[in-house]
Amino acid sequence: MVDSLERPAPGPVRTSPFAVLRNAWRGLTSMRTALVLLFLLAVAALPGALLPQRSLNLNLVDQYFTDHPDLAPLMDRIGLFDVFAAPWFAAIYLMLMVSLIGCVLPRSVEHLRALRTPPVATPRNLGRLPHHATGPVDGTPDEVADRVRALLRGWRSAERTEERAGAGVREFSAEKGYLREAGNVLFHLAMVGLLVGFAAGKLYGYEGSVIIPVGNQFCNSGILGYDSFRAGLRVDGTELEPFCLRIDQFEASYRADGQAADYRAEIGYQTTSDLDEGSTAEWRPATLAVNAPLRVDGLRVYLMDHGYAPRFTVTFPDGQQRTGEIQWRVVDPSTLLSEGATKFERPGITDEEQRRTSQLAITGLFAPTSSGGDVVTSVFPALRDPEVAVDVLRGDLGLDDGRGQSIFQVDQRQIESGALQRVARANLVPGQEITLDDGTVIRFDGVNQWVGVQVSHDPGQDWVLVFAIAVLIGITLSLTIRRRRFWVRLQAADTEGRTVVELGGLARTDRAGYGEEFDRLRAELLGPEKKDG
Amino acid sequence: MLAQYSDWFYIAAVAVYVLAMVLHAYAQAAVRTRRPVLVGAGGTPADIPAAEEQPARAVGARAANMGVSVAVLGALLHLASIVARGLATERWPLGNMYEFISMITFAAVVTWLVMLRRVPAARSAAPWVLLPIVVLMTLGGTALYTAAGPVMPALRSYWLPVHVTAIAISSGLLIVSGVASILFLLRSGSGVPAAIAERMPTADVLDRVAYRVMIVAFPLYTFAVVAGAVWAEAAWGRFWGWDPKETVAFVAWVIYAAYLHARATAGWRTGRAAWINIAGLTTMIFNLFFINLVVAGLHSYAGVG
Repeated sequence: MVDSLERPAPGPVRTSPFAVLRNAWRGLTSMRTALVLLFLLAVAALPGALLPQRSLNLNLVDQYFTDHPDLAPLMDRIGLFDVFAAPWFAAIYLMLMVSLIGCVLPRSVEHLRALRTPPVATPRNLGRLPHHATGPVDGTPDEVADRVRALLRGWRSAERTEERAGAGVREFSAEKGYLREAGNVLFHLAMVGLLVGFAAGKLYGYEGSVIIPVGNQFCNSGILGYDSFRAGLRVDGTELEPFCLRIDQFEASYRADGQAADYRAEIGYQTTSDLDEGSTAEWRPATLAVNAPLRVDGLRVYLMDHGYAPRFTVTFPDGQQRTGEIQWRVVDPSTLLSEGATKFERPGITDEEQRRTSQLAITGLFAPTSSGGDVVTSVFPALRDPEVAVDVLRGDLGLDDGRGQSIFQVDQRQIESGALQRVARANLVPGQEITLDDGTVIRFDGVNQWVGVQVSHDPGQDWVLVFAIAVLIGITLSLTIRRRRFWVRLQAADTEGRTVVELGGLARTDRAGYGEEFDRLRAELLGPEKKDG
Repeated sequence: MLAQYSDWFYIAAVAVYVLAMVLHAYAQAAVRTRRPVLVGAGGTPADIPAAEEQPARAVGARAANMGVSVAVLGALLHLASIVARGLATERWPLGNMYEFISMITFAAVVTWLVMLRRVPAARSAAPWVLLPIVVLMTLGGTALYTAAGPVMPALRSYWLPVHVTAIAISSGLLIVSGVASILFLLRSGSGVPAAIAERMPTADVLDRVAYRVMIVAFPLYTFAVVAGAVWAEAAWGRFWGWDPKETVAFVAWVIYAAYLHARATAGWRTGRAAWINIAGLTTMIFNLFFINLVVAGLHSYAGVG
């Protein structure tokens, strides 16, 4: 289109690559494109709220696959279950950012230039402006000019004297509200900064969660220490900030109806420098609570959840004892009814075959406050009346087949194949025991508590906060400040010692009222009684 | 005891708002629309109807003034209900959906009353602005009602008054702005009977109300989202995690940003901008009801079970 005038010849119109680029750039940075991209961004984000997302809840995504076996794989292929990591989502916001930069940079340059040029000269006919007034006032033009100068303090103003009809005419032009555009530019640049900070967090941050029984300690030494770990794109897990913590005590309090009132964990920790100095005997005390994480060395440690770990002691026929205490997972958050599997290997057995027939697993349910009766269920989340309902399984747990195994369950296939068999079933309160057919005694010793801890590292988040505050300041300035112009023309009146004053005002932005301020300025100069001047 | 008073104040506020609506509606019915004078070009058209319209207009003006005063009374009762709720539960009264809706509608009423002082010409929009407020309050007081009680530990933070109050107030403002945009489209379109449309404020006034409320609402809403992110960083271990509520709040923010851009784009300034504002309001309402009640997420504090 650009060159069409010079190329009247028929045939395909050839445009230079430069023109194509320039047009594409102009198109991308236009306000209309920004609008379209904003709409696209809004529409593209919606499936992230309406469809289950892997980043939030893997189980719900699996459920969706089960419910919609035909549709789900197709949806998955276009990333509908990972919307915020999808390339098309990134494409939209990156284009929006480019459009924003392309629009805002020239505007900032223009604004800087406007800051250095004096306000525009007084229009010839002030009566044509939306706000205007005129009238004679007492005082020579010089005296009135002083009053105008005082009035225009705080405005960017310029003063000119013009010879017209043989007399000196003084003109003042003033402009105010430059902060509006400054706020606008600040808002947009801060949005870019915010996105960069956000991206930095996604690249260099990580988040790991781990269950730690009370009395145990945990060190941030590698991914393997965690139960689950979400690494940033540039994090390989080899250089985590060294840090250790120990759970000393955990307390939860509940209201009478079982709703949680408060949780807190008393912990000790050792910082990177503590570990470097080798002072590993000392633990710094701290409290983890809801809404109150521990912040140290760029890491944040959160108390996420909690539960119980029943402790069992197995006394084998030969008199050897083994004690097992491992976390069971919560199945009902309101009563903390939990399930799990505590697994044992018989000590001192070297024969592979024999070893595989003598492994033990204690599986079942744990109730912190048992309902009593044959079917154990929990009626309250606190540890008032603990009881377990367990099956004891003996045989081959399948630990050697190379596949990972849940710590909360036994491998169901081992039961189906008959390799693992139930040898006892019982309800036990602390101190009670059962004896198996081969003389092995299993005792339910008591219960420990565990806490789920999340360790997070996000090097970008402080920057995100800084830019978010800049965004707020920018948007507030750019929406509330009005850019307006004000002109004054002074001319000596026919009577000696009087001056004819002409005023004009123009709001450069929206119609959100400049009238009141103009009226005030007019009243200052012309006096209130000359309202219709 | 106090909780009971809070409920009574709430019901009284709804009743009083309905009364204000009726008064405003009556005021408008009393004002006859200007009859188009097509023939008799000789005389000034105002001559003939002026005499008989005079008393009706006076009655109408009085009813409209009463409507405003009654709405102020309603707002005072509404405020009393919120304060009594806070005293009864000994916490900031924004712990469930009923209390949230109460705060949103209170903010909307106060916004409307403040707007009336700034743009008196908008007064004839009153019944239409009060209508969604009364509907929301009725829903809040019935289907979504939650008895006064304490909240879960996660909600016990000083960020609750900051974040949730800012969201509630900005939502109230956005409702008023959105309703003004709806009325703007009705007023400037042809789908509405002239008898109703002509009794509304002019399209220009409605457009101005929508924009002037928005320039307060948008920065406040932005602040509310930022405050929410700061709280989420302390409570949930990350400042932003695309929780459904966060996502839809982001969508609404983007739509309102588009509205402000449209205000600065030739050809989009009025009509299309109004549609965008309505899309924003729809998103906010969707976020309030659908996301709270249907979609499971971290923000599931509705207290409706």
